[in-house]
Amino acid sequence: MGYKAKFRVYRGDGEQGGLENYEVDVNEGEVVLDIIHRLQATQTPDLAVRWNCKAGKCGSCSAEVNGKPRLLCMTRMSTFDENETITVTPMRAFPVIRDLVTNVSFNYTKARQIPAFAPPTDIKAGDYRMQQIDVERSQEFRKCIECFLCQDTCHVVRDHEENKESFAGPRFFIRAAELDMHPLDARTDRKSFAKAEQGLGMCNITKCCTDVCPEHIKITDNAIIPMKERVVDTKYDPVVFIGKILRRKPRETGKI
Amino acid sequence: MTQIERHSFDVVVMGAGGAGLRAAIEARMMGKSVAIVTKSLLGKAHTVMAEGGAAAAMGNVNSKDNWQVHFVDTMRGGKFLNNYRMAELHAKESPDRVWELETYGALFDRTKDGKISQRNFGGHEYPRLAHVGDRTGLELIRTMQQKIISLQQDDEREFGDGEKFIKVFAECSVQEIFTKDGAVTGCMGYFRETGDFIAFDTAAIVLATGGIGKAYRVTSNSWEYTGDGHALAMRAGGSLVNMEFLQFHPTGMVWPPSVKGILVTESVRGDGGVLKNSEGKRFMFDYVPDVFRKQYAETEEEADRWYTDADNNRRPPELLPRDEVARAINSEVKAGRGTPNGGVYLDIASRLPAEQILKRLPSMYHQFKELADVDITKEAMEVGPTCHYVMGGVETIPDTCASPYVKGLFAAGEVGGGMHGSNRLGGNSLSDLLVFGRRAGLGAAEYLDSRGGAAVAIDEADLQAAVDAALAPLNATDGENPYTIHHDLQTVMGDLVGIIRNADEVKDAIVKLDALKARAKNVSVAGDRVFNPGWHLALDLTNLLLISESVAKAALIREESRGGHTRDDFPTMDPKWRQVNLICKSDGTAVEVTQQPVPTIPTELLSLFDRAELKKYMTEEELTALPEEKN
Repeated sequence: MGYKAKFRVYRGDGEQGGLENYEVDVNEGEVVLDIIHRLQATQTPDLAVRWNCKAGKCGSCSAEVNGKPRLLCMTRMSTFDENETITVTPMRAFPVIRDLVTNVSFNYTKARQIPAFAPPTDIKAGDYRMQQIDVERSQEFRKCIECFLCQDTCHVVRDHEENKESFAGPRFFIRAAELDMHPLDARTDRKSFAKAEQGLGMCNITKCCTDVCPEHIKITDNAIIPMKERVVDTKYDPVVFIGKILRRKPRETGKI
Repeated sequence: MTQIERHSFDVVVMGAGGAGLRAAIEARMMGKSVAIVTKSLLGKAHTVMAEGGAAAAMGNVNSKDNWQVHFVDTMRGGKFLNNYRMAELHAKESPDRVWELETYGALFDRTKDGKISQRNFGGHEYPRLAHVGDRTGLELIRTMQQKIISLQQDDEREFGDGEKFIKVFAECSVQEIFTKDGAVTGCMGYFRETGDFIAFDTAAIVLATGGIGKAYRVTSNSWEYTGDGHALAMRAGGSLVNMEFLQFHPTGMVWPPSVKGILVTESVRGDGGVLKNSEGKRFMFDYVPDVFRKQYAETEEEADRWYTDADNNRRPPELLPRDEVARAINSEVKAGRGTPNGGVYLDIASRLPAEQILKRLPSMYHQFKELADVDITKEAMEVGPTCHYVMGGVETIPDTCASPYVKGLFAAGEVGGGMHGSNRLGGNSLSDLLVFGRRAGLGAAEYLDSRGGAAVAIDEADLQAAVDAALAPLNATDGENPYTIHHDLQTVMGDLVGIIRNADEVKDAIVKLDALKARAKNVSVAGDRVFNPGWHLALDLTNLLLISESVAKAALIREESRGGHTRDDFPTMDPKWRQVNLICKSDGTAVEVTQQPVPTIPTELLSLFDRAELKKYMTEEELTALPEEKN
């Protein structure tokens, strides 16, 4: 049943490195991460790869297989031809640390910039009441395992390092949407924050993020597009505009 | 001397799973500065793997539930070996800990009246598990991660420095804890990314490092579970309790081979899934032990009625505690009634409509579809036991989570011992880490207040020695490959100290572990210090070997079968052994096991049980000493 597969794996750090060729055993039912682990155990003990759960739940083993952003643990070997050379490279949008491991601190920085959930001040713990139908929209986005493949594939930052400063990326658009749709979040400025501070406007809806999401979250359709529409609504709807001035809401820019 | 990055914090929390994050939140709220040190990136810890839910007697689905019933279920599940005080605190405080998460932004599934929904699980009398589909652990860890960001944002606003009180050190492994005169002075470790060393001067350390599953090959645990906290606690002078008790989760995937051991949530059974052997028989009816006879259905008809009318029917035997189900599956496979891949069938396809399965078990559907090409809405899954959880852990004082031996050392979550006795109920882990994570953070803060502000500092010679030890595998040449030793260790533990044990095999294991320890001293790795997995494994091996020795030695001494410890040479439960805890201590090279009495359960808690039930667990002397009571 087993066969020898041809692999090309990136070896090196951020400064220098290149693809190296390996021949490695493959058994029935294995995934790419198994093959990387076999390389570690038998040929290249210092081959660096991040992984944890090996079940598509933690989002650690993100890399690119034949140029496509993938979780290594969820990419089955049976999806390749036995004669095919399989190329495994680190995520392109982030600086390489070593081999398949990249520095993903960009994402943690962006995470810290989103204003946290604002609990309602008039409801005490234990008294929260929400309907299932109302929590489901946010729950879809909370399925996110933070593999950052959507961030990796997004062309706004993939080859444009300069955009990272002003662009939070799809993972954090769904975080904004999740809070916006949370039935009890006390803040009302999530949409304008997404536009003013997260660079939502730079997204031009090519849906690449949705395509690579291993959790099949409809990032573009269910989060980005509704957030864009609402931004437009609230920004240009004259009634809303006047209402806002009258109510004089603080923190409308979303500064924290 | 090698350059070492140096920090000083009030509290260092080791581990960023649920227990670690909850401890950090509490210590911060008590005004302490906290370093969170985690082997992985933030948000990747093993808590994300928890699927079923967090057990808390909120009574949202069945109003008869209360802390007393939860306490009784927990003690019964642990076969009365649990530390009663931990089980009591856990049952009483879980609801508040779950509700609190909603104020951090958690979104649990709801009941019709808008409360947190609760699901059935093995060993729990009432629907009790707060859940989010089958990804509850992810919700918990993300919620607490986001709460920490929220606290950092407060600090940013107030002090202009978001990391003034909480700083996360990601992909950083702690290698050694330092003490002076029996009190913590700090710890050292290295960054996985760079191999650079780091040291923390601190008077309080909270261990929240999880379990030891990587001592076994078939396990639901990730590479992180190398018993670091267990081993560090022992090396610092602390003790471990109940190490002979390991939970083999009954339902791990058995095919394909590369995912063997990956968890299949108990929610499948909680939501109606049944276990069948190769003859199509629902075999669990044959495996209901006497101690559980009263609570479980005797016919398939009664069991099936229970899902819709739990008040008037008894529970299906598929929902027995995990140890019972794991042993039953093991017996069926041994008797030749297993599946082609050596498991049994777990069938939800014939029990629920496809759209319900997709709704309630989305990540299971996904997992089987992607990894095994099995559509669980159409076919049965193949499952078998997998090493899942260690009941044993660092011995602590229940109210504060403090080690009785090392001042300033605390433990919470899976690395802690005592709470679950000889077997943990599903769902009690997520609630455990919330309850005791908070208590450990509080305990650490109170300890710091009580000792005053005297500065602590690591002894420089100790620090240098720890650095030298860490560098040894890189400096050595022509030594053995750590992967080979790890592989051999897993073989010894799986074959000789696995789900079913006997004296001869365990003795053999102890001899073999000794030989592995000698080989591990002679390990060498290629490459440099930058993200070098061979080096990381070489360092983790020391911990794995020390805790494997603890498991084996305790397993040899306990001559009975109870919960997660099954001896085929002593197949029954012995009330005399219920009075005994086995305590492991170590000088860092070998493990010594001593016997210690189990704390006496106070009368008011014992009165929650029928005398008839207590008879199954207690000695004649204990029973005669009991006051005459209800019955």
